[in-house]
Amino acid sequence: MALKTTEVEAKGGQSRHRSLGLSDEQALRIYEVMRLARAVDERMWLINRQGRAPFVISCQGQEGAQVGTAAALRPGSDWVAPYYRDAGVVLWFGMTARDQMLSFFARREDPNSGGRQMPGHFGSRRLHIVTGGSPVATQLLHAAGVALASKQRKEDAVTAAFFGEGAASQGDTHEAMNFAGIHKLAVVFVCENNGYAISVPQSHQMAIQNVADRAAGYGFPGVVVDGNDVLACYEVARQAVDRARRGEGPTLIEAKTYRFTAHSSDDDDKRYRQAEEVAIWRQKDPIQRYAIYLREAGILQDPVEAEITERVNQQVDDATDYAEQAPDPTPDDLTTFVFKQEHKP
Amino acid sequence: MAVKTVIEAIRDGMDEEMARDESVFLIGEDVGNRGGVFLASDGLYKKYGELRVIDSPLAESCIVGVAIGAAVNGMRPIAEIQFADFIAPAMNQIIEEAARFSYRTAGDFNLPMVIRAPWGGGVHGALYHSQSIEAMFAHVPGLKVVAPGTPADAKGLLKAAIRDPDPVLYLEHKRTYRLVKGEVPEGDGVVPIGKADVKREGTDLSLIAYGLMLTYCLEVAEKLAADGISAEVLDLRTIRPIDRAAIIATARKTGKVLVVHEDTPFAGVAAEVMAIIMENAFDALDAPVMRLTGPDVPAMPFNHVLEEAFMPNPEKILAKARELAAV
Ligand SMILES: Cc1ncc(C[n+]2csc(CCOP(=O)(O)OP(=O)(O)O)c2C)c(N)n1
Ligand SMILES: [Mg+2]
Repeated sequence: MALKTTEVEAKGGQSRHRSLGLSDEQALRIYEVMRLARAVDERMWLINRQGRAPFVISCQGQEGAQVGTAAALRPGSDWVAPYYRDAGVVLWFGMTARDQMLSFFARREDPNSGGRQMPGHFGSRRLHIVTGGSPVATQLLHAAGVALASKQRKEDAVTAAFFGEGAASQGDTHEAMNFAGIHKLAVVFVCENNGYAISVPQSHQMAIQNVADRAAGYGFPGVVVDGNDVLACYEVARQAVDRARRGEGPTLIEAKTYRFTAHSSDDDDKRYRQAEEVAIWRQKDPIQRYAIYLREAGILQDPVEAEITERVNQQVDDATDYAEQAPDPTPDDLTTFVFKQEHKP
Repeated sequence: MAVKTVIEAIRDGMDEEMARDESVFLIGEDVGNRGGVFLASDGLYKKYGELRVIDSPLAESCIVGVAIGAAVNGMRPIAEIQFADFIAPAMNQIIEEAARFSYRTAGDFNLPMVIRAPWGGGVHGALYHSQSIEAMFAHVPGLKVVAPGTPADAKGLLKAAIRDPDPVLYLEHKRTYRLVKGEVPEGDGVVPIGKADVKREGTDLSLIAYGLMLTYCLEVAEKLAADGISAEVLDLRTIRPIDRAAIIATARKTGKVLVVHEDTPFAGVAAEVMAIIMENAFDALDAPVMRLTGPDVPAMPFNHVLEEAFMPNPEKILAKARELAAV
């Protein structure tokens, strides 16, 4: 049973963000990170299509679900276990456009992996971003383990795990939610349901409408939220994070959203979804929608928007220039760090 | 020095490490109140409480995946797989995740965690309570795999594994649990990972083994001595990183080597040992290197005739060793 469905614009009102406890600055910061995530992603596609880099996997369309939920956490002390689309999450947690571009170009300096992993495989011990591999859903168990350690040490950190609705079919998803439920761990599970797992639609992924309904089977609440309404995502995440921090256990948030791009730069989404469907969802672009709200709320005047655009473009340009020219790893880097070594070479 | 069984040594090892370091904890099926199905953790639940001795749900991927997360966040988990035979559901977490956290982050992350798994046959355990899994996991770079055969090594290697900054698969042979007794030094007695041990010096031939086969090889060496054949017994103790130097040294010393394990032969540990000898000590050999292993069938049957036919035992090892000595 879904406990709460947040109506998109129904609440309306000029100060919806304030009623959620967000200052104007925080509301704008959320907007800027969404813009940055989108802009980095768009630049990556451009570069990929020019043949200057082999692979992109996108956050586009899901920035609201990502930044909205991540914004309820405390970067630095809380933890995230993101999946490959979560550029919005990791940017909120302190990664930079440069870090992302270094990973996109697979440079030696890439802080996620030293150029070893494909783009989108985020990880930073310092930023409390648990490294992710490619097999889906494994990170949900890691999140449960991180939260177990917090509980064992009686720390109040909250861990959020992010995944797609396709990954929800994996056994690890069940095992992680079951374990987190048993031990009332401070985990927030965030399912970014974009309706497809590559080409497979939700109707072939599960026999139910809402992934969130499964939470009942694990003894904690499940919430469906409009993933393209960033403030709604923040609101449900705020409640889930507070609940977790109070020691009341996990929450499963299902953010209904959509990806604007193909699954990756190697996919052709015309083979399995209609252009009209994509167009309809583009009308619900979480960034556009939030911009309209912020303008109506009177905090995103033209000069402010221009400044944000300027900063975002500047970061993307700098990151691209820097990363494209940064050195590759050397063949000697192939064999390092199979095991822990005290110092990076 | 006190005389202990292997299972007591393992329990002592966990107990002492948990007392020494608050970040060490145990998670697995039935490890709590029950003390583990083999009583490896007997008494620890009472002593350390439910936050440090955790009865997991019946889900191996969960046990290992949660251990990984806890290790990320500053803990030193010991993840117990009830029987090595049931490790398959956790393969993805072990191979795709644990083994490459360090590599895939260029050293940003490391996982100080131990996966304990009771393994091996000769216990009427049939197909699903008898398996040897060392070769499958030793194939994976990023994992350390140890398989002690004596109480002192069991305790010392467990301590080393717990203190190690990387994931270690710790294999404890079920048949040795109460069969093998031996002196265990007072104090830490840490046994370094990656070091084989000459358990008996000899000059005519070398027997290389680990786990239960070590006990059998020592028995065989005694019998060979009665025949006037001096057998050296090298206990690998660690499967990976394998102690190349010790293998090469014994091969050079005796010129005749028999490798024994109960795991199936194809692409197994013996094959690797033989390759090391071929690459490094071919010129010192007086005979082709031999191996005696379990047969190439999927697993060990329940019926006692079939089980005995599967398992290497002292008689089979003795016959093979005499064959080698006669070359
Ligand atoms: C265990 C596993 N099987 C298959 C794949 C290949 N794969 C990568 S992403 C993906 C679809 C994932 O869909 P979903 O979880 O809904 O996330 P989305 O990409 O839609 O955001 C598949 C099949 C994989 N990465 N891991
Ligand atoms: Mg999906």
